[in-house]
Amino acid sequence: MTLEAGKRLGFGAYGTCLVGIVWREGLRFLHQRERFISALVRPLVWLFIFAAGFRQTLGVSIIPPYETYVLYDVYITPGLVAMIQLFNGMQSSLSMVYDREMGSMRMLLTSPFPRWWLLTSKLIAGVAVSILQAYAFLLIAWFWDIEPPSPWGYVTILPALAVSGLMLGALGMLLSSGIKQLENFAGVMNFVIFPMFFASSALYPLWRVQEGSPALATICALNPFTYAVELIRFAFWLQVDWLSLAVVSGCAAAFLAGAVIAYDPERGIFMRGGG
Amino acid sequence: MTAVSPASSLDVPPALEVARLSHSYGSRKALDDVSFTVAPATFAVLLGLNGAGKSTLFAILTHLYAARTGMVRVLGHDMARESRLALAELGVVFQSRTLDPYLTVDENMLYQGALHGMGRRETRRRSRDLIARVGLAEQMRSRVSALSGGQMRRVEIARALLHAPRLILLDEPTAGLDVKARADILALVRELVARDGVSALWTTHLVDEIRDVDQVVILHEGRVRAAGLAHEVTAKTGTATIADVFARLALAGGPAA
Repeated sequence: MTLEAGKRLGFGAYGTCLVGIVWREGLRFLHQRERFISALVRPLVWLFIFAAGFRQTLGVSIIPPYETYVLYDVYITPGLVAMIQLFNGMQSSLSMVYDREMGSMRMLLTSPFPRWWLLTSKLIAGVAVSILQAYAFLLIAWFWDIEPPSPWGYVTILPALAVSGLMLGALGMLLSSGIKQLENFAGVMNFVIFPMFFASSALYPLWRVQEGSPALATICALNPFTYAVELIRFAFWLQVDWLSLAVVSGCAAAFLAGAVIAYDPERGIFMRGGG
Repeated sequence: MTAVSPASSLDVPPALEVARLSHSYGSRKALDDVSFTVAPATFAVLLGLNGAGKSTLFAILTHLYAARTGMVRVLGHDMARESRLALAELGVVFQSRTLDPYLTVDENMLYQGALHGMGRRETRRRSRDLIARVGLAEQMRSRVSALSGGQMRRVEIARALLHAPRLILLDEPTAGLDVKARADILALVRELVARDGVSALWTTHLVDEIRDVDQVVILHEGRVRAAGLAHEVTAKTGTATIADVFARLALAGGPAA
């Protein structure tokens, strides 16, 4: 090995690699303005149309973390923030399938850094983009009079967004390893995104679901997305929901481990190919 | 093992060493006991028809797959046990385009530098030199999507050399290019080998890209059918050109030379 190459594999080089991957993901995001706009339009449609319509018909009683009655659009805002991250995680997954088909994924995986580090860096890059989208949404929601009890809520929500973004991004990465072609991605929409979103506490509190269907309430309680929503909801209200934090952190670690195994050269996705 | 180059010496490890490599997809054998070496500072050609096993071999050489059996060494580093060191010595040009079309040439180079742990200043310095060398200094700030196929290939070659590897692997780099672009790319890589002492393994199914003095490995149905300097292979098989050898050995499935 040349001396130059040896120096480049030291501890600091891991940071250089991470920064480079995050920077590239950010640039791609900025160059694809339509992606940014569509990421915002989706939750805004829910907030301005769906929530406005249900505001008068759907009452939300006082449940933690809320200490007073809140309007329905205040209730669903954390769910919509989580939805942004869910879609972003799946968008990253889609772009990984695209990159794999187009070949640019190969360049990433021929880097000398360990594969777990490359995948983690890619995951962090996706989370950074999803946090930007979430704050852009919260800014618009602020103009709609949806705000936390104190401006500190915008700070305390940040770690919650990081952890939930990691979980949803890692899930997307894991799913991308199981999708052979872009055409199969529609199945992810039908079988992952919609069930995860609707069978959660994003749109209605679990006690209401329990009244309507105990079986569905059980499914919602088993859905990790529910805990991502609650983690964000509590953090926006300057509180920590420890159970949600534990579930979301555990799922993030498990999904990432699964993705690292799936992309392992010994057994993963590329081994199923031919040529 | 089939020695492709007689020039390898004891103290300098071969640029690439492939030994008893086999790989299967289920019951289908893609590579069967493949062995060859590429000596330092040489231009070697891996010749094979579509389906010969070139892509599988290329994927194993670049660590996308792990070899089921056998061994790959790059500059003496075992790809299975020292993959980081082996990959640090390796530059790769894949058959499919791998540049990010949304980014400029400069941005693509910066991203590649980061993937090899290079700081921005070092990357920019080397990028300027390499992009100028492949004749695209004016296009440094152009979006990749605005470049022609031949220009993209040139950028990919410059990018493969960014971290100063001592071996570059090129998987059918002239696929889809016109005659002039093909000749230009081939000449560029030959010049890199001659001037910089880099080794190159050039994968192709086009026999007109081979010269008599090139080292050749002919792969067919996952097995090495012939290996050595092109003129030696033709002499050994009693044929006039490497195209005849290719036709006889590969197409007819004849014995290894």
